[in-house]
Amino acid sequence: MTECGTLIIGASQAGLQIAVSLREAGDTAPITLVGEEAHAPYQRPPLSKAYLLGGTDLEKLWLRTPEFLAQRDISLVTGERIESLALDGAGPSGTAYTVGGRRLGFDRLALTVGARPRRLEAPGADLDGVTYLRTADDAALLRDLQSGAESVVVIGGGFIGLEAAAVARAQGKRVTVVEAADRLIGRAVAPVVSEFYRAAHARRGVEIRTDARVTWLAGHNGHVQAVELSDGTWIPADLVIVGIGVVPRTKLARQLGLECDGGIVVDRCARTSNRHVVAAGDCTVQPHPLTGAGRVRIESVQNAVSQAKAAAASLAGLREPNDAVPWFWSDQYELKLQIAGLSIGHDHHVVRGDLGGESFSVLYYRQDRLIAVDAVNAPGDYMAVRKALTQGATIAAAAAADPSVPLRELIVPQAVSA
Amino acid sequence: MPKVVFISLDGAAHVVDAQVGESVMAVAVRNGIPGIIGECGGNCSCATCHVYVDEEHAAGVGTAGDMEDDLLDLGVADRRDNSRLSCQIRVTDELDGLTVRVPEEQ
Repeated sequence: MTECGTLIIGASQAGLQIAVSLREAGDTAPITLVGEEAHAPYQRPPLSKAYLLGGTDLEKLWLRTPEFLAQRDISLVTGERIESLALDGAGPSGTAYTVGGRRLGFDRLALTVGARPRRLEAPGADLDGVTYLRTADDAALLRDLQSGAESVVVIGGGFIGLEAAAVARAQGKRVTVVEAADRLIGRAVAPVVSEFYRAAHARRGVEIRTDARVTWLAGHNGHVQAVELSDGTWIPADLVIVGIGVVPRTKLARQLGLECDGGIVVDRCARTSNRHVVAAGDCTVQPHPLTGAGRVRIESVQNAVSQAKAAAASLAGLREPNDAVPWFWSDQYELKLQIAGLSIGHDHHVVRGDLGGESFSVLYYRQDRLIAVDAVNAPGDYMAVRKALTQGATIAAAAAADPSVPLRELIVPQAVSA
Repeated sequence: MPKVVFISLDGAAHVVDAQVGESVMAVAVRNGIPGIIGECGGNCSCATCHVYVDEEHAAGVGTAGDMEDDLLDLGVADRRDNSRLSCQIRVTDELDGLTVRVPEEQ
């Protein structure tokens, strides 16, 4: 029987990392990495930042050169979407079929299928000039449209939306951000940080509308012309950028009968409900990496890489749970936000530094235990908290508020609770 | 096209082509140089692209900025005078032949 090796569906950060980690672990079986985009695996974060602003070639964003993949006998298939798949019995082997009918057998399977942008549901949402931002092709289109645009409306005040707004503003466009919730980035940061970003964008000339719902998009000759809000406000727009979150791709997992709950459910070793099949990255929900509790979906490069390493270990028959401290960053204008840990479930926070001076951090606590930091232009604070969390240490909330004392000097072992 | 030389722990030299303007980290990661991770893609956020710059090129690459300095202080295992985060070193024609050593751990 011919050896089919490992099939990895989804050729982005997580999928590529599984392939690389398998080779690093000494796996010599064939590896096939299939991606539906036409491009070799590349970094996504710059798409809403430097790449969108222009001047960066996609080749510079490649995660690995094609030569590197070839040298390691990692077979990359681009421009092919897997439409259906089935396991032989309970697996691990099985067969996948592309949209074009190509058949790909496998001995082991990894799903790194990612997520798709949530579509705006409003009349006029299908007009030309209404764009999304997930792929390099999306970014290239947006870059083109943006060069000729005057008025940009960003729907969604999360990270992608705000980063795109910052780029548009830097290019001198009139920019309005429309957010349905009562504050920006509400899912990820405390109200004090939301308010900081609202003010920071406003200071730079971006109009921010929270508690705002889009009722419809008006067009002329098939191209968007304006956005109307539920309070009757009419905002002229020749370009609309929609960034209202993503939906994990679970279709293939459901074909295999894998448990899904707002994403493909995996354990700390990136194994799905079928222990033979692994999944990693934006398509998954997993136990909290630091506490092991609950189910969290973490959309970040760090998580994709950490989970992929755990997945590769599981495929190799090893046990290397993903217990890495989550971290994340967002660049808007000259503001560098760095996040370490997960602040969900915090019951207390401490603000440290100067919000007006655009350099500060917010430390988050749950039951007096340090769980996360949001640091804006404060890399020392970010790094200190990340280090503390990595060591299982803490920083007392009362001491952290004094910005004259570096956080690194305040790291102490975690108190053992009674 | 300038070249960058990476010396890995076992002493092996990896000579790779680089494009002017890109970072030394990007060159390393794309070519799969062992020991340089660059998880954040060059955003000075992760401190996983630490290298030691060979004396000959120390002046040419300059010194670490404030943000990098903080990350080096807290984020790397064995900081030395010639420690840099390679994502913060831009390749130039003048730096052709730049030689950096990969640390024991990131």
